[in-house]
Amino acid sequence: MSTPSIQVSALFDVDKIRKDFPVLKQTVHGKPLVYLDSAATAQKPFAVIEAIRRFHEVDCANIHRGVHELSQRSTAAYEETRAKAKRFLNARSKSELIFVRGTTEAINLVASSWGRKNVKAGDEIVVTALEHHSNIVPWQMLCEEKGARLRVVPMNDRGELILEEYEKLLNPRTRLVAMAHVSNALGTINPVREMIAMAHKAGALVLVDGAQAAPHLKVDVQALDADFYAFSGHKVCGPTGIGILYGKSALLNAMPPYQGGGDMIRTVTFEKTTYNDLPYKFEAGTPNIAGGIGLGAALDYLTAIGLEKIAAYEHELLLYGTEALARIPGLKMIGTAREKAAVLSFVIEGIHPHDIGTVLDRQGIAVRTGHHCAQPVMDRFHVPATTRASLAFYNTPAEIDALAAGIGKVRELFA
Amino acid sequence: MVHDLYQEIILDHSKRPRNCRAMEDANRHAEGYNPLCGDKLKLFVKMEGDLVKDASFVGSGCAISTASASLMTESLKGKTRQQALELLEKFHELLTTDTPASQDLGKLMVFCGVRDYPARVKCATLAWHTLKSALSGPGEHGSAETVTTE
Repeated sequence: MSTPSIQVSALFDVDKIRKDFPVLKQTVHGKPLVYLDSAATAQKPFAVIEAIRRFHEVDCANIHRGVHELSQRSTAAYEETRAKAKRFLNARSKSELIFVRGTTEAINLVASSWGRKNVKAGDEIVVTALEHHSNIVPWQMLCEEKGARLRVVPMNDRGELILEEYEKLLNPRTRLVAMAHVSNALGTINPVREMIAMAHKAGALVLVDGAQAAPHLKVDVQALDADFYAFSGHKVCGPTGIGILYGKSALLNAMPPYQGGGDMIRTVTFEKTTYNDLPYKFEAGTPNIAGGIGLGAALDYLTAIGLEKIAAYEHELLLYGTEALARIPGLKMIGTAREKAAVLSFVIEGIHPHDIGTVLDRQGIAVRTGHHCAQPVMDRFHVPATTRASLAFYNTPAEIDALAAGIGKVRELFA
Repeated sequence: MVHDLYQEIILDHSKRPRNCRAMEDANRHAEGYNPLCGDKLKLFVKMEGDLVKDASFVGSGCAISTASASLMTESLKGKTRQQALELLEKFHELLTTDTPASQDLGKLMVFCGVRDYPARVKCATLAWHTLKSALSGPGEHGSAETVTTE
């Protein structure tokens, strides 16, 4: 099979970048690892691994408490990540950035704190047809508790949201719209800026699930005018168990705390507790300090390469991969949006995704198979599951060739 | 390599599953579902007294789960309810223990390779979970609830 005609830019030095990722230098089942599952979790560069190691070896102490040297060092390093996250998202102030475990916790925080206070019986919450379960279930739970109604923006056969239908759903009862910036199962990049403006016109707030966007494109929460924006550390080459919730100050200030405990208080007596200021009001208990410091290193790493450069290179990889897979007989892409991140989700006639995943794995190729925590998306396309190759800036055209050749072997076996 | 898992018999039964049909006169049936991969299976069993007279299935699934359902329905015919349940126990042991006590599973031994693919064990056991439900449900008709592998 000849290689696709798409030229992938030689200006992006992917060979040099790959040297930053120790995990990529290994064989799996005797074959060089081809890691195509970055939408599940991204690999970690040395800079992140080193920052976490340094914290544990040199600076380890609890934060925001001690007067001693180590506590001050660890506090400074942890809080520096908040400043980095502010720049990464272009927030107005550091106090608008809340450390959370990940995008899922961020959404639950807003649903629980803002939602319980502001959503009443008869109100409406709008989600979209391409959401991850984590941006459906917390809203469903809130609606059930309050007697509110969950409404869903439909999508077309390419996996693009239908904005005319979205507009019809918005009404004075709409309290909040929760939408993904980029779909994890399909790769669709939603027109969030336009959709936020539409929601605001109707008087609704917007929460954007940025888990799949933050690693791949430049996010500017002020330009988007997002009310809440969430992303996970582990998808931006940082560690697991840490993430960021951005919220506009006025909204966060008016919200009750999410969890009670240490750090989120100013004074405590058995009669009354007064809460701390933003952002600490939402950060009860000793946080994932090492994770926060690792996330800071990850944001530095991505920023040094440049999100615009990453997006441009990944787009070339996407075009290359789309052409390579289109040549495979019986293969159908699921998710063909015109604005798309580097996700190749597909089905092959007569071969179950789990069999595809197992046979690819034995060739050293890591892909995700299943419903990708987006069962409504699978139902919409009438498939039980797909095989998903999700790309990152450390992937190469040669790895896509390996995927295409691997799928060839799958077809031989099950023909 | 991957042929340890996808042995010829498995590939054959996944491409040309036996007893893959609905059964009008079944007196026991059950539905199985693996939410992880979306595999769905409907199992039909015809009992005559204590004896499995016939077994069949319909559904959609991966090669492992389809072949497992196909070979299971073949192996059930003529067994007593007790023998069928014993076979189920032995099959489960084959897939989940390193040193299964019994090696007398006949054709079903082709599934021994699944042991090395922990992520795929549930694919191979879906049909058997469903069988347990069909045989242990109340009265004549088996369980009304869909069994899941979770």
